[in-house]
Order: sequence, then C-alpha cells, then structure tokens
Amino acid sequence: MKLVRLRDASRPRIALTLEGAPIEALQGDTLLTALLAADAGHLRNSEFGDGPRAGFCLMAACQDCWVVVEGLGRVRACATLAEDGMEVRRG
Amino acid sequence: MKVAVVGAGPAGVRAVERLVAAGLSPVWMDEAPDGGGRIYQRPPAPLARDARTLYGFEAKRATAIHDTLDALKPRTDWRPETLVWHIRAGAKQMQALHRGAQQRIDFDAAILCTGAMDRVIPVPGWTLPGVTTLGAAQIALKAQGCGIGRRVVFLGTGPLLVLVAYQYAKAGAEVAAVLDTTPFATKARAAPGLLLGGATFAKGLYYTAWLKRHGIPMVEGITPLAIEGDAQGVTGVRWRDARGREQHTACDAAGMGWGLKPEAQLADLAGVPFRHDAVQANWVPVRDDAGRTPVPGIYLAGDGAGIGGAEVAELAGARAALALLQDAGHRIDPIDTVTLDRRLAGLARFRAALERAFPFPAHLARSLPDDAILCRCEGLRAGELRAAARAEAATGPAPEMNRAKAFTRVGMGRCQGRVCGAAAAEILAAELGRPVPRIGRLRGQPPVKPIPIVAGAAP
Amino acid sequence: MTTTCDVLIQGGGGAGCSAALHLAQRGLRVILLERGLVGGQASGVNYGGVRQQGRHPAELPIARRSREIWGRLKDLVGTEAEFTVTGHLKLARSDAEEADLIAYLDVAKQYDLPLRMVGRNAIHREYPWLGPKVVAGSFAPEDGAANPRLLAPALAHAARTAGADIREHAEVVAHAHDGARFTLRTKAGDDFTAPVLLNMAGFWGGAVAEAFGESVPVAPLSPNMAVTEPLPYFIEPNLGVVGGNVYLRQIPRGNVILGGGHGENDAAIPWSRPLPEVTIEATQRAVELVPALAGAQIIRSWSGIDGKMPDAIPVIGRSRTTPGLFHAFGFSGHGFQLGPGIGAIMAELVADGRTDIPLEAFRIERFAT
Repeated sequence: MKLVRLRDASRPRIALTLEGAPIEALQGDTLLTALLAADAGHLRNSEFGDGPRAGFCLMAACQDCWVVVEGLGRVRACATLAEDGMEVRRG
Repeated sequence: MKVAVVGAGPAGVRAVERLVAAGLSPVWMDEAPDGGGRIYQRPPAPLARDARTLYGFEAKRATAIHDTLDALKPRTDWRPETLVWHIRAGAKQMQALHRGAQQRIDFDAAILCTGAMDRVIPVPGWTLPGVTTLGAAQIALKAQGCGIGRRVVFLGTGPLLVLVAYQYAKAGAEVAAVLDTTPFATKARAAPGLLLGGATFAKGLYYTAWLKRHGIPMVEGITPLAIEGDAQGVTGVRWRDARGREQHTACDAAGMGWGLKPEAQLADLAGVPFRHDAVQANWVPVRDDAGRTPVPGIYLAGDGAGIGGAEVAELAGARAALALLQDAGHRIDPIDTVTLDRRLAGLARFRAALERAFPFPAHLARSLPDDAILCRCEGLRAGELRAAARAEAATGPAPEMNRAKAFTRVGMGRCQGRVCGAAAAEILAAELGRPVPRIGRLRGQPPVKPIPIVAGAAP
Repeated sequence: MTTTCDVLIQGGGGAGCSAALHLAQRGLRVILLERGLVGGQASGVNYGGVRQQGRHPAELPIARRSREIWGRLKDLVGTEAEFTVTGHLKLARSDAEEADLIAYLDVAKQYDLPLRMVGRNAIHREYPWLGPKVVAGSFAPEDGAANPRLLAPALAHAARTAGADIREHAEVVAHAHDGARFTLRTKAGDDFTAPVLLNMAGFWGGAVAEAFGESVPVAPLSPNMAVTEPLPYFIEPNLGVVGGNVYLRQIPRGNVILGGGHGENDAAIPWSRPLPEVTIEATQRAVELVPALAGAQIIRSWSGIDGKMPDAIPVIGRSRTTPGLFHAFGFSGHGFQLGPGIGAIMAELVADGRTDIPLEAFRIERFAT
C-alpha cells in the first residue's frame, strides 16, 4: 500500500528508520502516513499466517496497525505522530 | 458535583458547553490530542489547510465546534490523549490510560459521547494493504493530506460513499469507480423521506451530480466479489453488476463501508442495556430522547448513543447535559429543552429515511465465502464460524454470539469484535435460521481498547 | 408438565456435564438443569489450568482420576478441548516459598504425582526468560492447560449423544422432596422428578443445600482474568507461584492468559467483572515473573462466579439430611481440572453406591449447621 500525498505536502522533512532502513517523512505525519507514504508497503504481519496488514480504520479502533517504536514500545501507527529519529519495527 | 464527559466530538463539546454554562467544571477526556471527534478532527501542525478546504460545506460547523472546544478547555479539567478503558457505574469510577500512565476518575454523573466507526462487511481480500474503511480514506485526506492510493475504488453504501469519492476527486486522486451496493430503486423509494433532510439531502445530490459530471463511473446495485492483490497490495476489485455480469476495476486501493455503528463499549460496561434497532440494523444502548439511560448517573449522546450524524450529535450533547443538570436539581429553561427536543425529533425522521435509502445489506455479509477472512484480528474464516453453528460440532452448535465467540474466537482479538461483529452476527443468524436480535451481540469486556503491561512495583 | 427420570442434576458446569455423561453411559435416564448455558460461570471462564501439583492432599486422588480422563478426552467427547500437556511450573520468589515447594515433594510422592524440583541454578538455565525474583520452582510434567470455553459444552454434547437430557435456560426456582422423590420446578413452570438429585450448582450449590436443611458457608468467588495480544510463543509451561497471587500461561497461538486476585460480582443477577486495579496488579506481578511481558497489550479481561468454602476445598458426597441427594460444589477456584473426574465419581456414587476415591475430607458434615 502506498499513500499518495495530495495536499499540504510542503512541510519540513523528518527522517526515521523502519527495520533499520531510512524512511523520509514530513512533520505532522502519523507513523502510518510516514511509513506508507514511503515504500514500507505494510505495517505488520498477521500472527496467523494470513498476510501483511497496513491498518484499516485510521481511527485507533481496528487495532490492525500496531508497530514498535524504540523507547516507546508498541503503538498504533495511525494514532502516533512520527518524530525525527524514530526507530520503528513492524508490529 | 463531579461530572465526567468522555469524548470531545460534536456531542461532547455541546454537552460540556451546557455544563460549564451551569457553573460546573467537568473532567473532560478524549482519546485524540486535540478533540473535534472523527468528523471535525484537526490535522496536526504544521498541516495548515483552511477550514473550507478541510470540511467543505461543514466548515462553519467545524469552526464553531473548534472555537467552542478551545474556549472550554481552560474552564474544565481537560484531559486529551486519554483513553477511558473501563467504567464502574455502581462505584462511580472510570479507569483511564494517559501516555502509558493509569488514572482513576471518580464521578457523580457521566456523559458518554464515544462516537462511531464504519460498519464493515468483509469482502474476500479485505485484509490486503490498500483496503481501508471509508472513514479511514477520509481521515487520510483530511488529517494527513494523503489519498489511500493513486487510483481508488470506493465500495459500500451510504452518504459517506459519495462524499469521500467527491473529496478524493476534488483533491486530485483518480477515483476508478464508486460501487454502491444499494440498488437505485431502494433509494428512489426513500426519496420522499429524504426531502425532510433539506440541505443534507441537497448536498448528497450535489456530490453525486459533480462526480457524474466529471465522468467518474458510479454504479448502483452491485455485488462485491473480491478485492484482488499481490505482495505489493491491491490490484483491483471484482464485482457483479445489477444485471449479473462480472466486472473488474483496476485500482491500487479500495475504501469500503456500509454506514456507521456506535462505539458504545463504555455504555455496555456501565451496564446500560442494549436493544436491536431494526431501522439502523445496529445494537444501540437504551436511552430516552434526552440521553438518560436506565443506569443512574449515566447519560449518552452522539453517534455512540445510536447513529444520528454530527448535527444530531450537537443537539443531543446539549440535551443530555440539560437532562443531567435537571436530574441534579438545576433549574432548566423549559423552552430550551422543548426546542432541542423538537429539532431532534425532526432530524430523527430524516435519519430514518436515510437508513431506508441505504439499508444494511445483510445478504452480502451472509454470502461471504467460507474461505474468506471474517475476523481480521484472529484470522478466522467465515466457514469456521459456520461450522460452529452446526450440530455436528464437538461442542454442540453455538446458539448465540458470545457462545460462537467462545468456540471460534470470533471477535476475541485486539479489536474485540468492533470490526467483524455486525457481519459475524449475520452469518451466525443465517446459519442458525434465526433473526439477528435473537442471537445477541458480543458483550463488552474491559479494556475498551488494548492497554499495555507496565513494569512496576507489585503491591 | 412433569418429567420423570432416574437422576436430576442441577448445574451445568464441567463437573455436572461430566456426571450427566457418565450416568448416561451407564444407561440411566438423566436430566441436567442449567440456569444459563452450560459452562457459563466458573467452569467456562476460568484460567484453564489442568494442574495437579500444589493441591490439597485430599484433592489429589480426585485430580489423579480426573487427569486420566483428560488424557482420553478426545475419545470421550470428540475434542481434547485444546488440552496440552505443557507441564506446570510452580515458582518460589523467596526462601520461605522455596521451602514450601520442597515440603510438597513428599505429598506428591505419596500420591504418585510426578514432580521435580528445579533448583536455584537450574531454574534460570532451563527457563532463561524468568525474572530475577524467581529463586526456584517445582515442575509437574503431567500437568498442562486446556480451553475452558470448550470443556463443559463438549461434555454436555457428548452427554446428549449418550442420551442425557441437558436443559439450558432452565433455572430451578423450587426444590421439594417427598421422602422418596425430588421435584424441581423451573422458572418456566416445568416440574422434573427423580429419586436422585446431584447438587453441582457451584456457588449456588449453597442455596440448594440450604433448601434441604443443610446450610454451608459458601461465598461467591470471582477470579480476575486477563489475556494479552498474541506474542511470539516462548512460555511453554503453565506457571504458578507459591501463594497463588499470580498465574499465567501462553497458548501456542501466542496469547498469554494471566490471573491473580479477584473481581467484583453480584451472584443474584448473576454478574461478575474484573476490577481494573486488580488487573493492573496482576500484570505487574506477571511481568516480575516474566520481564519480557513488559509492553505487551492486555486485550481483554473477564471473570465468572465460583463458590468458595472457608477451608478452600469443595463439598462432595451424600447429603446429611436427605437420602438420594449428593453434593459436589464449592470448588473454591480450582475445580476446572477436577470436573471430568468429579462427574465419573458422582456416577459411581449414584450407580454403584460407592467409589474408590476417598471423600471423607469433603463431607458436608464438616460444617456443623
């Protein structure tokens, strides 16, 4: 899944990592936006072998976008603002 | 008197406004950092579009809610980023999580304005990255300036379907198709009632006309067959048109939704009874027209008390606050309540017509193929739920929803059945040959949303 | 309308459903009356521990008997109810607790329960994920865990197949005995009559006993249970501690089920709910045992209602007042493992008039009212 930036895209850039690989994002992005507007493709894998997931509701209800942020622990990507320097792992 | 208000969307804002006007200073909690609810969610800084771009026709309403919210914050015990995850109505306590720390909130009376989420019908392939709810597609655009894909199919039914498609097209995304599962004839039959909606109805017509004028394919009465994809995500949507012909629309994302359902878990935990509303096709908490519940001290307003939309939510929030104040012995201007009641009754008639125009297509849930994922948290497939309803199961057939949950883990995962509950109920009901109200609903259990295990000195 | 049978059972928990199955297998006409759905309270919503170690010595013969049935559950009822022999590891967090574990080795030996001490050096070598507070453990290799949601329904289904009449949503509102026969009336107004009545109604067994003039001090007990989201599987044994203030196990799907302390309840409704403070405390104790649980999310918590006796062992055996009445209730929060065995034992008491399992310790006479 790739989010497409349609509006409000001239914001200061921030840099984070996903599984160690660099991700470029914009200030004001949620983690979900930051990762999926870059080339992360997905946020987590179903524990039960039925494939990758990339969130679904974007309103902290479906619980399908959990990722791990170094130092913060497990967070919902849709409800957590991305910050410069965050080290993210898939949930 | 300690009053707690949960939620800072349109209902919460208008409830708190009345409480503050009466001299109270409630504890006011909201999960989001800056309130507004899902409908008037404000983008985080430095995203900076004006209200007109963000909220369209609703800009005036949104701005008024934001201004009121901001003015009320210093006059209340305002607690953003606070998830209320349990409520004990008898003990008059709430338990909340704020940035990893637990809080207990004592109250004498509470107004729960917990909102709604998209009502979803699973479609084969719906867990693929690139498939979101309609609400999610709208939030991506409003709060983050993003589209869920480059070429998007919108699928489902209800007012949000055309609205989101319109917003996407206006923002420059390619809308590959708007696939409405409601046949034209159903909407046409409901049209006289929809006229009660006046401006709201007119806006819907405007969006539809705009989309058609811009050459966006809009098809009614379709049946979704599958969302197809590969390792990269969605590649297209397969569907059947009203004449039975199979169609395929290429896309890289799909937004889907069939109306809304109340996020009423806190009301449930508070012990408020629920009833099945046949018009909404939702389980809704029992309350009177003013928002009083049978549980002393617990009041409900907004979509969490039954779907009504943002305009109703504002009125209902104010009305519930007046009911609370009246019950607590405050003097209430009777004209005030009569006016609110009259406006709420008028909007309720329009809402009923709207539900008739876009009825929940239970048959789509019921026909979900056995091998399709039904519960996305537990990876449970529709066939596994159907098997649990059959007599040959080793446990005997599950006669109702919570038993089906116990046997199959449907609705037992992280989201606690929020997403799959409505469809699962239809599938179980069909398999058992009983109406949905008779097979019950998934009971709420704390926490309302996941809470983390935090190391700390155990007593 | 009056329905006649050989044996009436009040209470559709694991024990009651097992009794129905074993009696029906012996050709007796059985009717079981359950207020809600079978397994709706203590037997359906408990922790799921299939544990023998640590029990009161008097319970061990029942536990051994029951364990034998757990081992052939699939043949008996068509599902093993996710019973897995993971072993049960009971942990000590202090010298005094370690001494408790050592003392129990003799008890286990006496009842042929396999049990092995895991000493201070071995415990962290064998279970590297245990926290530093743990000083020793005792490991019972035959113990394990099962899915409590499946046991009673599966026993009830097998009982039905064997000819038993299992009535759900059949709340008993009146009890009578005319010297020869019991008559139970349900809320719906139906009468059921039989010469034998098994009181297997959990906490509500106290009210049944009272109806026949033998009052016992049974209190409602609501274990406070919670479960995490699925985590990579790493905790194989079912874990407990001396004193029992926390217990946890991980299922192969990944969820960690944990309990400790008690929730709130209203047995009259019946209604029960975990308490938030208790859930938080239990998670803190759990993370002390297994530090890797820090940061895992609790996705659900729940409770149910069991009957607790003052001496924490059940009432089992013949009534003191009424011939043909047999009790088996008040399992005090640890009846899940015993359920299948209790059913078999009750069937022996009814059909054979005796059982090899010593039941003296459980006699209702120990409560002298």
